[in-house]
Amino acid sequence: MAVTGAVLVLFLLGHMLGNLKIFLGAGSFNHYADWLRTVGSPALPDRTLLTITEIVLVLAVALHMWAAVSLARRAAKARPVKYAAKRRSQAGGYATRTMRYGGVIIVLFVIWHLLDMTFGTVNPEGGDATPYDRMIAGFQPGRWWVGLFYLVAMVMIGLHLRHGLWSAFQSLGLTRRPRVRNALRAGAAVVSAVLVVGFVAAPVCIMIGVVK
Amino acid sequence: MNLTLKIWRQSGSSDKGRMVTYRVEDVSPDMSFLEMLDVLNERLILEGDDPVAFDHDCREGICGMCGMVINGVAHGEQRATTTCQLHMRHFEDGAVITIEPWRAAPFPVIKDLVVDRSSFDRIIQAGGFVSVPAGSAPDAHAVPVPKEDADAAFDAATCIGCGACVAACPNGSASLFTAAKITHLGLLPQGQPERDSRARAMVEQMDAEGFGGCTNTGECTAVCPKGIPFDTIARMNADYLRSASK
Repeated sequence: MAVTGAVLVLFLLGHMLGNLKIFLGAGSFNHYADWLRTVGSPALPDRTLLTITEIVLVLAVALHMWAAVSLARRAAKARPVKYAAKRRSQAGGYATRTMRYGGVIIVLFVIWHLLDMTFGTVNPEGGDATPYDRMIAGFQPGRWWVGLFYLVAMVMIGLHLRHGLWSAFQSLGLTRRPRVRNALRAGAAVVSAVLVVGFVAAPVCIMIGVVK
Repeated sequence: MNLTLKIWRQSGSSDKGRMVTYRVEDVSPDMSFLEMLDVLNERLILEGDDPVAFDHDCREGICGMCGMVINGVAHGEQRATTTCQLHMRHFEDGAVITIEPWRAAPFPVIKDLVVDRSSFDRIIQAGGFVSVPAGSAPDAHAVPVPKEDADAAFDAATCIGCGACVAACPNGSASLFTAAKITHLGLLPQGQPERDSRARAMVEQMDAEGFGGCTNTGECTAVCPKGIPFDTIARMNADYLRSASK
């Protein structure tokens, strides 16, 4: 859970920084997308970096889901008789309680996101348009429901990471001392917030017409 | 105070069990939760009914025998308190109180609210000890221990093994209990020779007993009557990873 999650968080940081290039204009954004395809050229064939990333991500997502399902199944086996009274959380971690259904929402979002921005299947501009045009077309105010879905998914990812990041530190045994633990806990919250703001910035600016 | 109790009744391990509703009247707010159950049981005995079975021993919050899930919270909502030290003044007159045993596959119900916690004993037997002849209590300065480590080890050593952590965990994990012992011994010089094998053996035993996996929800430490810190689980994970990498 912790290791595969860490891989996914590192990818998200890179992805977010790439997205922010949209604020530098169509040329810069499309050039960056092109660079991702041709990095290392001519020494390496096209799409080397992308292919490696795709393989690592698919593996990480699959193992992350497998670990989550195993934990849920172990939990169900460990408590065959449920409590009659509604179990009331004493720890007060709202993000913690969103992990399982939040993970499902995130998977559904990723499928939509790939169909929208990578393959262009559900994008008004289609798969042949430039990445910049696809991005702008995808978040037009007329498609407000797409933007809304993105916002909801980003908040889910933020909550998922807020617990997930801190939880990864704990699972890897890094939070043994109170001072380190508090620092890592705060760090997990900051990184989650930065990722949400960074990812939400582009769609919101396109929807309100700041980026055209 | 007059109360309505909904109590889990189960005559034995083969019985399916059910919730039964009882009225208890004239309860003093100064009674402990167990004394309130004693009042109910005295009446049940006089009426020729089977009294409600529950575990208890010292009734001063240090033995770890008592424990029940009260209104969905292990040991009730009062923080850092065992059931025997929970007093009726924390409840309102006319309240409806649901009382259930710890729920976990490795804690099978023996009768009513009494569960078999031998699985905890087997986790301790797997490695929760030091094999050096410890002898009588040494002089306090004979083996130097950093103050920070001594404090953390002592905090972990206050675990009374009641099982509330398992009862409260949405995953039915025994991580806090196991981690408390691993931390207690792993921080002290006497515990060093077996530190790696202890972590591995105790974690493996915990899994073999059928407890769930930890997802760091923090529910365990929130209900723990001794306030065992959540950091102990990080220490268990660190020691386990260290032993696995060797």
